[in-house]
Amino acid sequence: MTALRAWVRNGFDRAERVLDRAFGPDWNPLAQLGPIGWFLFWTVAVSGIYLFIFFDTGVTQAYASIEWLTKDHWWHAGIARSLHRYASDLMVVVMFLHLAREWAMDRYRGKRWFSWLTGVFVIWFVYLSGITGYWLVWDRLAQYVAMITTELLDTLGIFAEPIARNFLSPQSLSSRFFTLMVFLHIAIPLLLLLLMWIHIQRITEARTKPPRGLAAITLGSLVAGSLILPATSQGPADLASLPQSLGIDWFLLSLYPVIESVPAGAIWAGVLVFTLLLAGLPWLPRRREGAAAEVFLDHCNGCSRCVADCPYAAITLVPRSDGLPFTHEVEVNADRCVSCGICMGSCPSSTPFRRSGPLITGIDLPDRPLAEVRAEVIEAAAALEGMPGRVMTLACAHGAAAEAAPGRVVLPCVAMAPPSLIDFIISRDLADGVAVAGCAERDCFNRFGVAWTRARFERSRDPYLRQRVPRERVLTVWAGPTETVRLQKELGSFTSRLGAMPAFAGARSLDAEETAPAETEAAK
Amino acid sequence: MTARTDWRGRGRHLALGGALSLVVVLAAAALSAWPAWQSLPPDTALLRLSFTHSGVRNCRDRTEEELAKLPPNMRNSQICDRRRAPVRVEMDVDGQTVIAADLPPSGLAGSGPSRIYRRVELPAGSYHLTLRMRDDPSVAGFTQEAAFDIDLSPAESLAVDFDATTGRFFLH
Repeated sequence: MTALRAWVRNGFDRAERVLDRAFGPDWNPLAQLGPIGWFLFWTVAVSGIYLFIFFDTGVTQAYASIEWLTKDHWWHAGIARSLHRYASDLMVVVMFLHLAREWAMDRYRGKRWFSWLTGVFVIWFVYLSGITGYWLVWDRLAQYVAMITTELLDTLGIFAEPIARNFLSPQSLSSRFFTLMVFLHIAIPLLLLLLMWIHIQRITEARTKPPRGLAAITLGSLVAGSLILPATSQGPADLASLPQSLGIDWFLLSLYPVIESVPAGAIWAGVLVFTLLLAGLPWLPRRREGAAAEVFLDHCNGCSRCVADCPYAAITLVPRSDGLPFTHEVEVNADRCVSCGICMGSCPSSTPFRRSGPLITGIDLPDRPLAEVRAEVIEAAAALEGMPGRVMTLACAHGAAAEAAPGRVVLPCVAMAPPSLIDFIISRDLADGVAVAGCAERDCFNRFGVAWTRARFERSRDPYLRQRVPRERVLTVWAGPTETVRLQKELGSFTSRLGAMPAFAGARSLDAEETAPAETEAAK
Repeated sequence: MTARTDWRGRGRHLALGGALSLVVVLAAAALSAWPAWQSLPPDTALLRLSFTHSGVRNCRDRTEEELAKLPPNMRNSQICDRRRAPVRVEMDVDGQTVIAADLPPSGLAGSGPSRIYRRVELPAGSYHLTLRMRDDPSVAGFTQEAAFDIDLSPAESLAVDFDATTGRFFLH
């Protein structure tokens, strides 16, 4: 499973690199699948509301009203119909790509189970919304969908009378049935919206809007596609005859040929098994994650930087409990903490320069405390001794620099490294320069690692990288797992540049307290 | 966040990204109606047998003693099981039995009507249909019988239904 996941993840990474060039990393659609899904939902909702103005729910009028808006008013309502259909189809594509990508990036297990599980229910509601929509057109395809759906539902044996009997003959179908379908086609998407909202509840600053440029591209291409290949109907439904050959919507209705070919029991069993397997995937097996971040109140003044930086809404501000003269302290919800360490990097107390007492910060990772990271950095520096242009790499465990290498410290996220650690490495002459090698720019494994690191270095988000840190000695490389060649090239070039520079004038060697091993620090 | 809102200098991304997105939309548009699915083979018609009909209840006359024990306004002369009898139905096409089923009553207590919805795909052509139904197990043979000569054209959908009020099968 791990090998398969790595293979799929690398496949995504390669495809995303191509799209990086076409769209730019910030507009890369594969890194914006969630926001695009939301955008498509609203496109479908708005176009659907517009279509409803012209739609007639009568048995004979439904088809006629759709034909009227498609042909006579193609330039507004017809485009809205095509937008409605194609945005729904793309929503299915985006949904499954999103699912596959999150699985490949291993972002569905452990503390992230909630988003995955709620997403599974979103799948079925997207399908139900689409199926009820196709029904309303009341063309040959709608007739086929109505018959196959009701025949399948009747196998459950829960209806007093087989609902497929509504489609025995033209006389047996009433307009009230259509009114019911319209109600379902409004109610189900509303429930879908509720589920989508629940789906994003356990993440901070959930992205529900794609960047404007990408939104413009998506909408523009949908409108252009609607003009080039407008959605059409397949002839009026006629219950006295059967549609033999049909143009199927293979995104929303691909199950229908299967339903026709397989016994109903197998279909229901398949749906159940598929849903249970997919829903249970986060526990097959469960992801092993480090212990949740721990708060040390003696070093926490409740500044809330960690609250703002946590990508998973795992940290909250609560009233002070220890009597110290601060109004608040932070509290970690262990059920949501993925141990990315971003909170540690954001804490103003996380300074490796600490010389009075042990190196304890306001919020720390029990499995990878700041004291240990400092000790690792010092140990990694030893491997660089004597080399021209010594580069210390602080690497992300999910990017191109995830493999261990001399002079490299691999972290769960590069934003775990407080900016003062870079200052520490350069000013204590542990290296001539620091390379921060994170995930690909388009999408951070821990959502905000790239963004927060950038903002801290640009001094637009606390904690800032101090002015005194020579920027020419700091390199940031955002590279996905398949970009090792570019990473090596950039690191090599950086090494050469540093080799040509004179030694950093402000550097001085470590003092005894700073070299204390992590165990000793912890013991203190 | 990384999202840049400045569109200046993004002409290449707008053009390339737009072109790629348009290809995706057109592919989606094409796949939304193509390739065609052959739901029913050519020159084939569909015959459906569907009805809901209640089997009889097992009833007996109340004795004089039983009636006397009841309040005057509740003295129904018969007492019936709640559960209904299953309905037996058979359909022959040109003498060949294609449907033969005992339809149990619906509902948890078996007090609802029996129901059936069956599809039979047939090559287009002329056929002789024979239908038999028994809604009372105490009756030997069948309680309702009917025969139809039908002529099915390709893709035609014909339904056989039962009207309980007239007690007759009929065609839709």
